[in-house]
Amino acid sequence: MIEQAAADLQAGKGMVQDQASVPEDDILLSVRNVTVGFGSKIILENLDLDVRRGEILGFVGGSGTGKSVLMRTILGLTPKRSGTIKVFDHDLSSISNVQRKAVERRWGVLFQQGALFSSLTVKQNIQVPMREHLDLSPALMDELATLKLDLVGLPQDAADKLPSELSGGMIKRASLARALALDPDLVFLDEPTSGLDPIGAAAFDALIGSLSETLGLTVYMVTHDLDSLHSICDRIAVLGEKKVLVIGTIDEMMKDEHPWVVSYFRGERALRRV
Amino acid sequence: MWSDWEKSGRSTLRQGIRGSGTDRQEGDLSGMAFLEKNTAPDCKVVSDEGVRTLYLSGDWVISTVSIAETILTELKLSKGQNTLIDASGIGNLDTSGGWLVHRLRGRLEFGGNLVDISGLDAKRQLLFQELESHNPPLWKPEKTRFSIASFLERIGRQLVGVMSDALAMLHILGSLGTVLATVVLQPRRLRGISVAVQFDRSCIGAVPIVALMSFLIGAIVSQQGGFYLRQFGAEIYVVDLAGVLVLREMGVILTAIMVAGRSGSAFTAEIGAMRMREEVDALHVIGLNVTEVLILPRILALMIALPVLTFVSDLASLLGSGLVAWTYLNIPPQAFINLLHQAITPQTLMVGLIKAPFMALIVGLIACVEGLKVTGSSESLGRHTTMSVVKAIFLVIVVDGLFAIFFASIGV
Repeated sequence: MIEQAAADLQAGKGMVQDQASVPEDDILLSVRNVTVGFGSKIILENLDLDVRRGEILGFVGGSGTGKSVLMRTILGLTPKRSGTIKVFDHDLSSISNVQRKAVERRWGVLFQQGALFSSLTVKQNIQVPMREHLDLSPALMDELATLKLDLVGLPQDAADKLPSELSGGMIKRASLARALALDPDLVFLDEPTSGLDPIGAAAFDALIGSLSETLGLTVYMVTHDLDSLHSICDRIAVLGEKKVLVIGTIDEMMKDEHPWVVSYFRGERALRRV
Repeated sequence: MWSDWEKSGRSTLRQGIRGSGTDRQEGDLSGMAFLEKNTAPDCKVVSDEGVRTLYLSGDWVISTVSIAETILTELKLSKGQNTLIDASGIGNLDTSGGWLVHRLRGRLEFGGNLVDISGLDAKRQLLFQELESHNPPLWKPEKTRFSIASFLERIGRQLVGVMSDALAMLHILGSLGTVLATVVLQPRRLRGISVAVQFDRSCIGAVPIVALMSFLIGAIVSQQGGFYLRQFGAEIYVVDLAGVLVLREMGVILTAIMVAGRSGSAFTAEIGAMRMREEVDALHVIGLNVTEVLILPRILALMIALPVLTFVSDLASLLGSGLVAWTYLNIPPQAFINLLHQAITPQTLMVGLIKAPFMALIVGLIACVEGLKVTGSSESLGRHTTMSVVKAIFLVIVVDGLFAIFFASIGV
């Protein structure tokens, strides 16, 4: 029955029509036929995905379905078996190092655990991409770093703290500030609101929403937070059975009949929040 | 490219003519126009009856922001004139470009002029609203000046550090004693498997390298000693030289140094990583004694391992020196063994072996103390691992000297 539903989705509604209506150059990230596996275990098989310019795409899926693996594959951290991944219309497996560097300059990544460099202060962490890619005056770099701190809602006295002196929520924010250091076009967020209190999570959502609005940021967000999905995501993609099961707006998710989607978006826990 | 760029920027400024933006870095980044299709930022000043208008154009984004900064700092704006910043010509704008414009505005307003920004659409107005709430602290360049006071302060800090180190070692030693007493009273609390695993790692695993190293040292001592003693026709004393030197001093010191580098650093890194990931705290709250779980098995295993390794080292170096004596000095093995019998007594061997557990205690204690001192950062882990090995080797040699004095005074 599950297979039937999945086949229906693949064949007709949802993503196929969806993609047809979008002009080519508005797709910032396109994943085609990507297969990823470790040893004899296949995690993702013939997966297709498009992320459009300026949208906030929420990515959900059960634990262990490969959400993080897909993100790491797109970022080039996990090797893929086959398929193509195009970011900013460039195939990542066939571009030169200079171009790759230019692409890396245009994306920012928030890792699940923050991944701040533990021996650098928060300010230095934010300045790492600036130092690496640009030639800015020290005064301007400091101002921009504190500006990013303000943007993500960290107090300025956090600038000179080491990551080990920060709370979990502050680490997330500092890490987001580092991801935003170069004003990227595309931001990958791996569970940005997990481990934050509801107020902090709501503020984080609002922040991502407003950044996306003011800066035209495109956001690829792996999340489990139903509130984020409802409040800021333009589209939601569901990962399961080694591929994108269904992709669409939250209203489409609420109407979808795939058992997993039903239990996720209309399950007991989901309905309690309404 | 850059200089062209700056020239065009400057000349337009001087002449007050609106220049067309030059495409930046066309050459070296061709084929990636999608990323670097930035036009140069530019600023043109037009003064008109008391109101000055700054026409901004080009892309004000992070990749061009250093150029924009140069342009703005080179602007000579007189005071006492109200200013209108016309941002309608700006192509792309991001937070860094926005910040520059905002900073310029702030600077002019602090100078006593009224500044207005026009030509912003709704989104950019949002961005500027965001920027307005931002007040960075005044930028201070980081100063590193040498002064006698800071030098003295550093020495003082180091002294206090040495003191607290000694205290920490005593602390661990004390808790080790307590735990040991508990284990003697309740032998079931000794983590036998843990001790065995540690023994396997620090002893069995070290046998090949310790044996090889000692074999070579024994051979070298024998060859060098033989070379000089032969000039006096006294090459048979090589046996005394190698036997006493290796058994009393070299065997144990070299083994202890090897163990400090091998197991000591491993202990520090293991315990340090556990501290970084709050595993040590987890042990505390589960109600386990860190000394009993982490430190005792390691130190106990090391105290058993080091005498064994020292014995292996003694045998290997005697083998090495015997082989060299045979091939280089023509002393056959039978004669070598006979001479060895006369040169050394079991006491000579015991003097070396008795030192081994103490060396092990020092190496293990320092490794554990340094491991527990690790704080959050990876840098601190590296620093403490280094310190652990350096301190352990240094103290091993100091303690060996103390033993030498002790044995000399009791006439052994």
